[in-house]
Amino acid sequence: MKQGKRKLFFKRVREYRQLLLMLLPAVIFFTIFSYLPMLGIGIAFERFTFDGGIFHSPWVGLDNFKFMFLSGDILNVTKNTFFYNILFILVNNCLEILCAIILAELTSKHFKRITQSLMFLPYFISWVVVGAFAYNVLNYESGSFNTLMEALNLQPYDFYNTPKIWILIIVLVCAWKNIGYGTIIYLSAVMGIDGAMYEAAKVDGANIFQRIRHITLPSLVPTIVILTLLSLGGIFRGDFSMFYQVTGNNAMLYSTTDVIDTYVTRSLISTSEFGMTAAAGLYQSVLCFVIIMIFNALVKRYNKDYSLF
Amino acid sequence: MKRKSASEKIFNVIGYTILTLLAIIAVIPFVMIISSSVTAEHTILKYGYSLIPKEFSTQAYEKIFGFPDDVLRAYGVTIFNTFVGAVIGLFTTAMTAYVLSRKYFVWRNKFSFFFYFTTLFSGGIVPWYILCVRYLNLKEMPMIAQVAPYLLSVFNILIIKSFMQSIPDSISEAAKIDGAGEFRIFRQLMLPLSKPVLASIALFISIGYWNDWYLSFMFVDKAKYYSLQFYLYKILNAAEALARISSLSGHHVGEMPKENIKMAMAVIATGPIILLYPFLQKYFVKGLTIGAVKG
Repeated sequence: MKQGKRKLFFKRVREYRQLLLMLLPAVIFFTIFSYLPMLGIGIAFERFTFDGGIFHSPWVGLDNFKFMFLSGDILNVTKNTFFYNILFILVNNCLEILCAIILAELTSKHFKRITQSLMFLPYFISWVVVGAFAYNVLNYESGSFNTLMEALNLQPYDFYNTPKIWILIIVLVCAWKNIGYGTIIYLSAVMGIDGAMYEAAKVDGANIFQRIRHITLPSLVPTIVILTLLSLGGIFRGDFSMFYQVTGNNAMLYSTTDVIDTYVTRSLISTSEFGMTAAAGLYQSVLCFVIIMIFNALVKRYNKDYSLF
Repeated sequence: MKRKSASEKIFNVIGYTILTLLAIIAVIPFVMIISSSVTAEHTILKYGYSLIPKEFSTQAYEKIFGFPDDVLRAYGVTIFNTFVGAVIGLFTTAMTAYVLSRKYFVWRNKFSFFFYFTTLFSGGIVPWYILCVRYLNLKEMPMIAQVAPYLLSVFNILIIKSFMQSIPDSISEAAKIDGAGEFRIFRQLMLPLSKPVLASIALFISIGYWNDWYLSFMFVDKAKYYSLQFYLYKILNAAEALARISSLSGHHVGEMPKENIKMAMAVIATGPIILLYPFLQKYFVKGLTIGAVKG
């Protein structure tokens, strides 16, 4: 029996040899850049030194984790990461779906083309440029915002001393940069809906809002579920470049803008607390993994076709 | 042309308004950046950024291109990264997607999951960084370090895969009967047929490389290998640091890059990648549909 299985395996390898060969580069890539670092998880339990490497650094058990939770920042940083992502998912998806539906229904070709292009433009800007722009608009001494306030005889606003306002700024910047891209994904899903359904609804006297409510939105559910699941898988991850550049890595704002990724990268670069930093990274990965497994299982129970795996 | 019903009129009014507003919001920062890059420095200091330059001046660009060595070198690095990364990345992504889209390949779900799992769980940035620096020695190979880590993305593989799955099987089956090998079917049939999705993904990969500063930030020490965005980041940071010192000490410290020069640099750093967009835009909506990992 076992031998038969092995025989089948080799038969398959021979049969698929071309396909397997074509997969090889990707397999190597993900083995090097994703699976090998997983072996490095051990660093989270070591007092890591560069000379000792992963295999010869002293083992310290859970000390790094203890240190991480005692230092106090990690819980706040986790909370920030989580709530930012919830806000991003809600705001971006709603705007993207709204734009996609409007774009699909409007008839003026030129208008659609132009607005879609313009909305996609911010996707081309690097976070470095966004950060420079944000600083030049918002800074207290010479920022455009405050020059404008001054010209209007209003009180200037000190953004870089007001951490709370940055929640709003970051959510807006994130939406500004990404909805053009997200709209395209939803728009392709809307375009894929069978036109006959709309014709039938029209004949039955459904108006445009009823058609959107009863045809477009239900048809978008699979796309919404998949994109949301993908985002949920990263709910404890933050876009390092965005948070780092938009706030200018300003320590005054850490209370509301520091996320796990900026926290980890900063400690990695400024201190050589590899062990503690690795512990924070592992903690992040485990949280993400648990969340995606739970939500994928929930979705699977509700409708098998909508789950990711 | 048939008459529009009342509800359609309402919808149109709302729709045109919302999209117009969003499009304006999307564009305003661009206009302000470009406008300030061609404004004389003293008017920026006095009035802040504005949508139309109050006093037109090309001084910032003249200054930057007066000593173009650094900018041009950074350009060269970024063009290299973008070109090499996009070509190798796109080809490999498409090839992987092709294999995963073959229904007769019984291991396709296993391999899909092998790739997809990397997005579910990761070792975290520290082991990744240590692997790259200590074991792969990427700091010694700046040109590879700024390309290799971003070559493949699971998300892109999934997008191309679902597009290829939608191409009728009969096409590749016919070629197979004629004796074509898998690689040949991929290269001569599937690649041309997947043009819309490949154009979109090519653009996204290119934007990723063009705008990347992170890999330089992590792996590059020598200034001559700085990518364009990282070079810009360094200049802006130096400017802000100098500004802070001079405002604290009351002394004027060194020559600071002026506002208009910073914005001119931003324009120069963004410019060329936007030129790709009009050529690729028409493929977008056709090309991008998301599918599940399985199947």
